[in-house]
Amino acid sequence: MNIHEYQAKAVLRAYGVAVPEGEVAFSAQEASVVAERFGGKAVVKAQIHAGGRGKAGGVKLAKSVEEVKAYAAEMLGMTLVTHQTGPEGKVVKRLLIEALSDIQKEYYIGVVVDRQTGSVVLMASEEGGMEIEEVAAHSPEKIFREVVDPAVGLRPFQARRLAYAIRIPAPLINKAAGFMMSLYRAFVDKDCSIAEINPLVVTRDGQVVALDAKLNFDSNALYRHPDIVALRDVDEEEPIEIEASKFDLTYIKLNGNIGCMVNGAGLAMATMDTIMHFGGEPANFLDVGGGASEEKVTAAFTIILSDPAVRGILVNIFGGIMKCDVIANGVVAAARQVGLDRPLVVRLEGTNVDLGKDILGKSGLPIVAADSLAEAAKKMVELVK
Amino acid sequence: MSILVDSNTRVITQGISGKTGLFHTKQAIEYGTNMVGGVTPGKGGTVIEGVPVFDTVESAVRSTGANASVIYVPPAFAADAIMEAADAGVELIICITEGIPVLDMVEVRRYLQGRSSRLIGPNCPGVITPGECKIGIMPGYIHKRGHVGVVSRSGTLTYEAVHQLTALGIGQSTAVGIGGDPVNGTNFLDVLKLFNEDPDTEAMIMIGEIGGTAEEDAAAYVREHVKKPVAGFIAGRSAPPGKRMGHAGAIISGGKGTAAEKVKAMESAGIRVAATPSEMGTTLLAMLEDRGLVATCRS
Repeated sequence: MNIHEYQAKAVLRAYGVAVPEGEVAFSAQEASVVAERFGGKAVVKAQIHAGGRGKAGGVKLAKSVEEVKAYAAEMLGMTLVTHQTGPEGKVVKRLLIEALSDIQKEYYIGVVVDRQTGSVVLMASEEGGMEIEEVAAHSPEKIFREVVDPAVGLRPFQARRLAYAIRIPAPLINKAAGFMMSLYRAFVDKDCSIAEINPLVVTRDGQVVALDAKLNFDSNALYRHPDIVALRDVDEEEPIEIEASKFDLTYIKLNGNIGCMVNGAGLAMATMDTIMHFGGEPANFLDVGGGASEEKVTAAFTIILSDPAVRGILVNIFGGIMKCDVIANGVVAAARQVGLDRPLVVRLEGTNVDLGKDILGKSGLPIVAADSLAEAAKKMVELVK
Repeated sequence: MSILVDSNTRVITQGISGKTGLFHTKQAIEYGTNMVGGVTPGKGGTVIEGVPVFDTVESAVRSTGANASVIYVPPAFAADAIMEAADAGVELIICITEGIPVLDMVEVRRYLQGRSSRLIGPNCPGVITPGECKIGIMPGYIHKRGHVGVVSRSGTLTYEAVHQLTALGIGQSTAVGIGGDPVNGTNFLDVLKLFNEDPDTEAMIMIGEIGGTAEEDAAAYVREHVKKPVAGFIAGRSAPPGKRMGHAGAIISGGKGTAAEKVKAMESAGIRVAATPSEMGTTLLAMLEDRGLVATCRS
């Protein structure tokens, strides 16, 4: 789960991570009230769940309250298109109004779970403000890493070593190390999956501050963080994905016109791949889970059909423990209930597959049956042409 | 022969009184798995599906001599269940549970260091040696005893591969689901090593997906050490970057973990990668034909 920058900074502040003074504003009026506290010298930052805001015009420096108000009025309601939003962009509904920092130098600090070591890793670089992937591609020697032993957590010597490695000014080493210790504590306490401070800045008055902050949270751990769940902004999510999650379905919206319903994440991906292999474009990823019960299949049909781009549906189920005849009954009942108005290709395989196919054939519904996934994909691609 | 499990494996179920644990314990017994007990705190002293239930893994192991445990407890308690099994000295721990917080798994990995237990999963279908031992949620009947090792991050794609092999008359030595989570107990590399050293495994299929570099690590091992034919498949060629495709670990982040990179690494190691999942079985069959191994693999 993602949260906004201003929310991330509030979470971090509670752990003693230094962040600039600032507040969220939902209107130009609110923005100017906040800016008055800083004598008008403030930065106006669009709050959307995507990076690359600066280049897209979502971050402006103001010298007066009037300027803050003008920028705020301009930004609120505008659609920001960055390299992370996709071409449709995201509408700005919230702003962060923040006191200006007197920046001496910018750095990068990131915390992630490293899959290879199965540990939390801190990464740091003195190439602040640049995307870490870019630094990794061009000058990997400038990225320093510390692997954390979960038994003892991040040790101060590790934080100091990172601070020295990225050449934090000598008098500020302990401050920077303290910053990293607090950041690590927040990461672990709140079950983050990513914590990124880019840039971390050293100011001319000797502060070490998170100028920007991005926190992602492990959705598997949200059950133990109601305070984080409360920060969810559904405006930033696909409405159709939210609807699917209510039925315990994993749905991801894509740009094609062939709706997919599959059991299992791996098979769902492979189904999309096969559609593409035969020249089609999947409209979504949808995993109905191992059960694929009639209720779930009905919900899945309804959700897939709610996407107007969908011109046909491909169902691919490997019936293991759940038998194919049960699944076929579910598919038929669901198709009747939602009043299916677009072509449906069904590929069933597994236990009682012949019974399943028989049920589909005798249903009187215009269901096209397929024996293999490849055949199903080919037929579907033909039908939506 | 086989890897990890066989007819001598003595299995207990952690979470045996839950709906899932109960159902799959029953299925395992029907398949012929040597189920020797179960664990549910508070249910010790009872009997479920004809096997004795214990309050702790330690007492279950002491009484039954179990050397494998399968875990069906809910995600919030699963990490603890794995550690309890490791503490009791269970050699093979198979965790089916999906949805364990990743930082819990970081602690589990640390806890397992220096202990003798091997963890398979979490978020996996389990392990099966056809005709001998089925531990997990896979449908037993699609399997056939034989000589091809299967290893996969995805449950249903494992079933696809196994089903295709069986339809071609090719049996499996063991099929292992390593799970779809970013931090797990056993990876492709570990399993391929076991298959490579197993005299009864003649060939392998590895089924990967986007995210991480486990497939690349395994490919490097195959290139150096494996003479047996290996076929493969990678799911997620069509997946957009930055989106988690169902599995917690199936995500392309920072341009890393793409299907293209994995396919390239595998092909350069001599692994033949199927273009579509429908061709996993036939891709391996073609390799077996080239090496004159078809008859052996159909025996």
